[in-house]
Amino acid sequence: MQVPIAHFLILAAILFSLGVLGVVIRRNAIVIFMSIELMLNSVNLTFLAFSNYLQNVEGQVLVFLVMVVAAAEVAVGLAIIVAIFRIRETVHVDDIKLLKW
Amino acid sequence: MSVETLNVIIALVKIILVVYVAMMVTDLILILAERRISAFIQDRLGPNRVGPQGILQPLADGLKFLLKEEVIPNHVDRFLYLLAPAIILTPALMTFAVVPFGDQITTYIAGHLVTIRFQIADLDVGILYIVAIASLGVYGLVVGGYASNNKYSLLGGLRSSAQMISYELPMGLAIISVVMMTGSLRLQDIVVDQFGMWNIIRQPLAAIIFIVAAFAETNRLPFDLPEAEQELVGGYHTEYSSMKFASFFLAEYTNMITASALIVTLFFGGWHVPFLHQANLPVLWEQIIQILAFVIKTGFFLFFFIWVRWTLPRFRYDQLMNLGWKALLPLGLLNIVITAAVMAL
Amino acid sequence: MVATILFYVFAGLAILGAVMVIANRNPIYSALSLILTLFALAGIYVLLMAHFIAIVHIAVYAGAIMVLFLFVIMLLNIRIEEKAPGAFRYMILIAAPMVVILFYELATVVFKAFSRAPVKQTNVGSVESIGNALFSQYVLPFEVTSVLLIVAMAGAVYLAKRRLNTVKE
Repeated sequence: MQVPIAHFLILAAILFSLGVLGVVIRRNAIVIFMSIELMLNSVNLTFLAFSNYLQNVEGQVLVFLVMVVAAAEVAVGLAIIVAIFRIRETVHVDDIKLLKW
Repeated sequence: MSVETLNVIIALVKIILVVYVAMMVTDLILILAERRISAFIQDRLGPNRVGPQGILQPLADGLKFLLKEEVIPNHVDRFLYLLAPAIILTPALMTFAVVPFGDQITTYIAGHLVTIRFQIADLDVGILYIVAIASLGVYGLVVGGYASNNKYSLLGGLRSSAQMISYELPMGLAIISVVMMTGSLRLQDIVVDQFGMWNIIRQPLAAIIFIVAAFAETNRLPFDLPEAEQELVGGYHTEYSSMKFASFFLAEYTNMITASALIVTLFFGGWHVPFLHQANLPVLWEQIIQILAFVIKTGFFLFFFIWVRWTLPRFRYDQLMNLGWKALLPLGLLNIVITAAVMAL
Repeated sequence: MVATILFYVFAGLAILGAVMVIANRNPIYSALSLILTLFALAGIYVLLMAHFIAIVHIAVYAGAIMVLFLFVIMLLNIRIEEKAPGAFRYMILIAAPMVVILFYELATVVFKAFSRAPVKQTNVGSVESIGNALFSQYVLPFEVTSVLLIVAMAGAVYLAKRRLNTVKE
């Protein structure tokens, strides 16, 4: 008995929803970043599931590209968080609401 | 008994023999070897009282670790504090799963013709698996350092995370140049590819980069900044005692074994013995000699690790980062360009 | 049969990890829970016959990205997150139903289209086929990602460097 593709997609949907929830309810910028990673990973899972379903390598290539984008995003994002922390001494997003200081 | 069951049994026997028996016995030998060799380098005798020439010293040490009182300091993060020694050993043992320690023999067992590969798992992404799993070794140190709730431990954890990320890059680049020559990620193919000429001759620069990075990845002197005892007391394991400390200790030696085995596999021909084929020995003898050759080569690099530790002083942190990013990384890139150019010609 | 059991174990671990990421107040625990999720996902990728992506996933996410997260959390010594002030505390009361609706939308689409198709044993996820696709048909996107990485690296270095100058002023 093989697991239907739908179950993989449902798992991806659950992870994506949890990622959205994390972005909305958390205040810590780093945890928000992690929730975004969660969403990216659920999208990766969807790509791989479709790649298997359609017998097409494009899904795998896209996952590869998504990983590169995620790595770049984390590097820049964490650099921004560190820079803000050094000025404002906080990583809570609702404390960082001024556009200029 | 069907062939499938037989294969599963063979795989289990290989895992138990290699990962548990061979690795753990080597760990014990290494603990003694390190103390004896360091003693000889420093013109001392070293532990030679328990058993002939101190052979039983590691067992005495192990017994002492087991019988020590379990101390969990009050200020630690209890869950993570107990988790860290467990997760540090796992990647150290997992890496060995894809390292080939011999060729293969075909024989009859229980009436079936079975081929026994001297490798636990022959993955087609073998070397990538090693890169992936080896990079997980850092979590034990980071988690242990954070959970100890002690500034020295925290500094040790911080240093190890930065050091691991920095030295993974040159290590990866060195591996890429080897993979470019072989055209396969499978470790067995990399060994077979070296039958004509070992990679140490074809890729000397990559070998040097890889060995230096391996020292940094295993946190051995001259790169043992995460535990630098003069600055950080004990670094990430300052707050650990008894068996929990012993598992950090064992993980370090297990990592050394894996790193040595990898150096041998990638650059020193793995289990290959030059001119063995001309000797026309029986197949079984040939296989045994090859496995012994792998063990001896690995043993030499283990000795090299210990030798370097008691010879070189520790790097300063900025020197470590400069070496990683400004020397090894450009050299690794240069090596890839040269390899590609030579291959294109 | 084994694959089915493994799938549900890995799926359970992935969801458990994801819930702990957003439920823990201590960012270190969040990061470690995310690592759990990433490992479970790697297992699921293997079940989808994407061996290469599974290994790269562990190397990139668990090996590099999460170490970076832990490094920053420890560097900034971020303590446990306090509760939000005022009305923001009740954000979850609105957020949770919205997320449930989102999940319902995603799930119904999935169930309409792919309720039965099983996982196929394929060769699509092998190193060879991905390598062929990446370096022939998709070579331009592949090269563009390297530019993206350089830009990200330069950006990160600039952000880190600028702060040093302001200290000196």
